[in-house]
Amino acid sequence: MTKRPNTKGPNRRPPIAIVAMAIIAVAVLSLPLVGLLQRTPWSSLGTTLGETATLEALRVSVVVSLMAAAVSVVLGLPLAWVLARLSFRGRALVRAIVLLPMVLPPVVGGIALFFALGRKGLVGRALHDWLGIDTLIGTTAGAVIAAAFVSMPFFVITAEAGLRQLDPRLESAASTLGAGRWTVLRRITLPLLAPSLAAGATLSWARALGEFGATITFAGNHPGRTRTLPLAIAQANEAGQPEAAIAMSVLLIGVSLLILIGLRHRWIAPRTPQQQSSSESSPS
Amino acid sequence: MSIQAQVHAATGDFTIRAQLDAPAGSCTAIVGPNGAGKTTLVHVLAGLIPLQRGNVVLAGQLVDHPAQGIHVPPDRRPIALHSQHNLLFPHLSVVDNVAFGPRCAGLAARPARRRAEEWLNKVGLADLAGLRPAQLSGGQAQRVGLARAAACEPAILLLDESLASLDAETRTDVRHLLADIDATRVLITHDPVETRVLADQLLVMERGEIVQTGTPEEVASDPRTPWTAGLLDINLLAGIAAGTEVALEGGLALTTATPMTGPVLVTFSPAAVTLSTAEPHTSARNTWQAEVARIQPESDRVRVLLGRPVPCQVWVTPQAVGELGLSTGSRCWAALKATELTVREA
Repeated sequence: MTKRPNTKGPNRRPPIAIVAMAIIAVAVLSLPLVGLLQRTPWSSLGTTLGETATLEALRVSVVVSLMAAAVSVVLGLPLAWVLARLSFRGRALVRAIVLLPMVLPPVVGGIALFFALGRKGLVGRALHDWLGIDTLIGTTAGAVIAAAFVSMPFFVITAEAGLRQLDPRLESAASTLGAGRWTVLRRITLPLLAPSLAAGATLSWARALGEFGATITFAGNHPGRTRTLPLAIAQANEAGQPEAAIAMSVLLIGVSLLILIGLRHRWIAPRTPQQQSSSESSPS
Repeated sequence: MSIQAQVHAATGDFTIRAQLDAPAGSCTAIVGPNGAGKTTLVHVLAGLIPLQRGNVVLAGQLVDHPAQGIHVPPDRRPIALHSQHNLLFPHLSVVDNVAFGPRCAGLAARPARRRAEEWLNKVGLADLAGLRPAQLSGGQAQRVGLARAAACEPAILLLDESLASLDAETRTDVRHLLADIDATRVLITHDPVETRVLADQLLVMERGEIVQTGTPEEVASDPRTPWTAGLLDINLLAGIAAGTEVALEGGLALTTATPMTGPVLVTFSPAAVTLSTAEPHTSARNTWQAEVARIQPESDRVRVLLGRPVPCQVWVTPQAVGELGLSTGSRCWAALKATELTVREA
């Protein structure tokens, strides 16, 4: 990354008050982690994590979160394109609905999913009658739907922001050089969007990995099918096995930190698109 | 590959109405003030802006006819467009940018790359092939953009201010390149020299309409609007330089202040010439006897067109016309200072 020009002016000394508040903010966010790590039984960590139930929960978590991220990308990319490129009545409403899962308590999402997709729900009954799908509740597919419900907004807003920053004139330029729609998409749009898509997919995956409320409310807590790491942690904690809960929490923290460090600042707050370095003459 | 277009199109509140006929292999220059609709017209030809009424025929193929529901998208028209904003693909290297068109036309990677390298060579940027667009200067980006459009080797090449940010020397080279391309060319320009040297026909656009059409010479000798007069009010003569002497077609030799060799273009303002009845004895290096071809009064001055030995325009006051007794066919003496001449390589 190129360094930004110095915009601080002659006074390079950072204001003490701002730095002090920033340090407090970091403390608020990191102290719980310190408390957890301080209680972590490091010597028995390997044994606890090696237990079959833990490994099973880890497997369910990986499968469910990856599938949810895949669903988010496949359905979210066209949605992001529609929100970024088409102007239509009710676009503000659609965007609000898309973002709703980010602000709703996940448990509300779980209840809503239950009444929509449950055996007696609006869609659930249709699924049963027409497709012979008995129920999604208690299945891994149900857990994936719950996770996708809460994680897709993260992909959609990131991809939409990327699309908005992409200069549509580049796509037009490609078409005037003989590129059909598919070629423009493959060689111009997607490569230019790649950083945003990667960031959005990773964020939605990370969100799905941490999902708890919607999953347990809608899909239930069934070992090997819907019991993901967060569910297993809660289960262990309530069952009076704090060591196991702490060990799995450390595992989850480690995985999440790796993802976020991998994303880095520039993926979460994408740079402005590269400016054409032409001395543009006035349009005519 | 000819162009016939009856254009009625709109972008937002802005409407353009224009007619364009260009024979195969010709070069049409579109000039006009900013906001006149020049880019819109070229984008209509490219297929980027749909027609509201009218039709566009490119190389005998009807590509636009809204009444019949015909609109052929840009990628299936026999065109390539170089936009004034260049719009190089930031994620591709310079050579991959230029190879983009040939690849879309179905060329395999290696021949496409070879063709791209040829075109980069022609615009003098062969050694920048591996760079990214962000590393280029404005002039370099413009030449890459031009090479990228030209590398498509289209039947019709649309150029939107393709030479605007080039320095004088590069501009001459690129102008030669454009003159040698056998595609039908439509170019938007603000440069009177470019117009006169490259264009077979000139379209003057103002406020979304074409206000004048003709050869550059026709339009220059009889500009219909003040803007056109302002753009084209420049005398441009071709000749062969040997030192500070330039031998013009028509037999006249001019003395210039800049020594050059070979084919050159000499330009000077119509205000730089003084007229008199008798042979002048002044410091002006250049004096010649000329025939008045036409006298054209304008609002606050008179445009005098001199014919033989070399065509040029001169501005004088209405009083001067009376005092000198100028009339069509009469003879007078013209004087022109060497330092008023601009000489550049042809």
